[in-house]
Amino acid sequence: MSDLCEKTATELARLLRDRETSSVEITRSVLDRIDAAEERVKAYVTVRPDMALEMAQDADRRFAAGDVKPLTGVPIAVKDNMCVRGQRTTCGSRILANFVPPYDATVVSLIRKEGMPILGSANMDEFAMGSSTETSCWGPTRNPWDLEMIPGGSSGGSAAAVASAEAVVALGSDTGGSIRLPACFCGVSGIKPTYGTVSRYGLVAYASSLDQIGPIALTVEDLALMLNLICGHDPLESTSVPQEYPDFTSFLDKSVKGLTLGLPKEFFGQLNDPDVERVMADTRKVFQSLGVKFVDLSLPHLDYGIAAYYIIAPSEASSNLARYDGVKYGHRAKDFDGMIDMYCRTRAEGFGSEVKRRIMLGTYALSSGYYDAYYLKAAKVRTLITNDFKKAFESCDAILCPTAPSPPFKIGEKVDDPIQMYLTDVFTIPVNMAGLPGMAIPGGFSDSGLPVGIQLIAPHFQEGRLVQLGSALQKETDHHLKRPPL
Amino acid sequence: MEYEAVIGLEVHAHLLTESKAFCSCANKFGAEPNSNTCPICLGMPGVLPVLNRKALEFTVRMGLACNCTISGVSRFARKNYYYPDLPKNYQISQYELPISLNGWIDVETPGGKRRIGITRVHLEEDAGKLIHDETKPVSYVDLNRTGVPLIEIVSEPDIRTPEEASEYLRTLRSILVYLDICDGNMEEGSFRCDANVSVRPKGETTLGVKTELKNMNSFRNIQRGLRYEIDRQIDALTEGERIVQETRLFDPVTGSTASMRSKEQAHDYRYFPDPDLLPLRVDADMVERIRCELPELPTAKKERFVEQFGIPPYDAGVLTASRDLADYFERTVELFPNPKTVSNWIMTELMRELKGDELGITSCPITPTHLAELLRLIEDNTISGKIAKTVFEEMYASGAAPADIIKKKGLVQISDAGQLTELIGMVLDENPGEVEKFRRGKTAVMGFFVGQVMKASKGKANPGLVNQLLAEELKRRCAVED
Repeated sequence: MSDLCEKTATELARLLRDRETSSVEITRSVLDRIDAAEERVKAYVTVRPDMALEMAQDADRRFAAGDVKPLTGVPIAVKDNMCVRGQRTTCGSRILANFVPPYDATVVSLIRKEGMPILGSANMDEFAMGSSTETSCWGPTRNPWDLEMIPGGSSGGSAAAVASAEAVVALGSDTGGSIRLPACFCGVSGIKPTYGTVSRYGLVAYASSLDQIGPIALTVEDLALMLNLICGHDPLESTSVPQEYPDFTSFLDKSVKGLTLGLPKEFFGQLNDPDVERVMADTRKVFQSLGVKFVDLSLPHLDYGIAAYYIIAPSEASSNLARYDGVKYGHRAKDFDGMIDMYCRTRAEGFGSEVKRRIMLGTYALSSGYYDAYYLKAAKVRTLITNDFKKAFESCDAILCPTAPSPPFKIGEKVDDPIQMYLTDVFTIPVNMAGLPGMAIPGGFSDSGLPVGIQLIAPHFQEGRLVQLGSALQKETDHHLKRPPL
Repeated sequence: MEYEAVIGLEVHAHLLTESKAFCSCANKFGAEPNSNTCPICLGMPGVLPVLNRKALEFTVRMGLACNCTISGVSRFARKNYYYPDLPKNYQISQYELPISLNGWIDVETPGGKRRIGITRVHLEEDAGKLIHDETKPVSYVDLNRTGVPLIEIVSEPDIRTPEEASEYLRTLRSILVYLDICDGNMEEGSFRCDANVSVRPKGETTLGVKTELKNMNSFRNIQRGLRYEIDRQIDALTEGERIVQETRLFDPVTGSTASMRSKEQAHDYRYFPDPDLLPLRVDADMVERIRCELPELPTAKKERFVEQFGIPPYDAGVLTASRDLADYFERTVELFPNPKTVSNWIMTELMRELKGDELGITSCPITPTHLAELLRLIEDNTISGKIAKTVFEEMYASGAAPADIIKKKGLVQISDAGQLTELIGMVLDENPGEVEKFRRGKTAVMGFFVGQVMKASKGKANPGLVNQLLAEELKRRCAVED
């Protein structure tokens, strides 16, 4: 029998329900794995064994008392940008290196209520700005499949933790691909739900109109369980959609026969990586064998996606990150001459260069005289992209495309070339721009043995359809069951 | 050359909601510093705003009272600037799509009624407060006020004189107080005003270069600040200088204004729609409901008082300065249907006791019932007008009913002819010399006799009856002696 830490949440939940194991046993198993692997992977900013075990004991008491929910006792890692009351939450930034939130994010409250032990906070690109988890002030996370490679970002810690069995499931956040890209690069499954589905309350904002929390796990089945837990209306958030959500596990065994997948020519036309092309072709074959139909379609404004994203996201970020000024919490420069100097030095010392770059971009784009040409134009492009998708979904049930244009790249390879780094998100960004749900699942491996993922995109609030398609694929393939040779 | 001033005013009014604009903290003045705060108004990482519905309703109420169009869809925008009293370093405000637009209010000015255009009424959040330590270079931040809902009421540049500005503000304030959405307290900063001022040669239609005036925190200082600034601008132009577009600060000690920052130093606020707050759809049914619930506003009430009660416009103006005072008047008139008498008593005796503060009426110890009772006691000659004033003071001090005070202090008017004739006889007997003067035709001594009778009755004698009986008695005595 493999270690408990290597099992899926679904398996563990069954073992727990049958009282064949305890949450403490599982949590210890994961903590042992963290002890063994963390030094190489560096998935976490902070591991909290005491807290995790205490929560595991609570979970076991709940099993004794019969007060059990589907994921009670299953340990989870939380990305370091979600507030955990009384526990340091740093966003991978020096400026919040000592910040201890006085409140729980809504998702963290939900996790507590469910009784899932929180293992610690997972590493990330600073303020979720990056595609490689290299911009964290705590240093890069490494890809468990090849420690020389980046894990993808910005939720690289969450994905690497799940891939290396340093967590059973994890929460990530996705602004332009930050769940899907690392899930893809680490060979695990991740979903960014529809904007407004999972509460952002307590998620440290990067770009408010794009940020969305979602789960990362080994299987689509686990993702469905996690969606059941975290989707829901939150009165603390104005952009949270007040509606009821289905039981996502009910989509797991639904046949996909007769469903139509759209293949946007703008996505496939850009492919120039043989591994990605092969994986896409293989995936199509599997779906075809399941009775899925395909239709070629066009999303004409997709080419402007990245350009528009890099106006909107930095604009919002420049305002969202203004609060880190050294006045109330977080880092404050030691020596300064007056208030303005305190602001300048605090922020110069506290932020890394990618964050500074985006703050400057956004400040510029919102400046009087430039607003119309940049922000307003980008907002219009966003509407066009959203309309493109709406039109596309008239002829298909979901869209199939790659998650990333290539397999994982080397640490340091693109960190000094922002444009190349930004292009990593070419397939994921449009999904955030349109607020759609997108799922990344393993599709195969490159010739050099690195994971290659595929992406499924559905209309708003059709996460269930993604679960249906994803689980159908995972029943026919076993890429998601492969573990990195750590 | 003759110049005229062009003035536009920006008023900020604190809304009287229970909680803050975007979180559930109490909206209260004067609490322990930083006690009315939570992660949301402290701008902690990860928090999000949720609009206070009441604050929206109050804004709509003011918009409707100012004859504005209520926008079907409006938006909150972020106004970005760095200051330690602003925890997020942006203020949630409104920019392109305010809740209400394009209205007007009528203002009574010395030169007649003026219609002042209202550009917009929008909702925003207030900042906190800095407290500077005077003994060391340290400042403290109190964030109790952070996130308190404010409405900004922007006027068109329709105002021409400091006096008009002051009247406009008084009218605006009384509307806010009538609507029960702001306490109108200028000292505590719940009603604040900035002004945009320019001057131009009379008859010119294009606008001159304007300055923005800040820190005028009373009606008097608003007039002083505007007067100074208008004169300064006219003097400068007369000297051939140019007006510089800038923000100027009024100094209440010297009564002058001084440059605070120039146009070049002006902030670029980088307004953009707040992505944390969706476009606000103001439901037409809600607007209609609020419209139906609007109280009668000061101007309408004043006009009605003149018409319905036949009191002079001046009286009506004083009585409608606050809704509670007007209600007080109306309730009293219901019980004692002589409006002018009621108005006189409220405007003189009552306002004296309230020290001119019409808002104090809510805690007035004299109820309309008691005041009406008092007036009835004067009318039916139970007490004299003079005694009534003493009784009134006692009523204000004790809150007791006038009849009880009169009974307790034995102040009932003597209207018994026999009793009065006896008193008159006594006075006449004691003053034979004065009677003699009267007999010789010096009728002015009548006043002396009345005074003596009143004195002898300790002020309780019915003065009308005394006059009548005295005349009869003197006539009788003189006739007898002749």
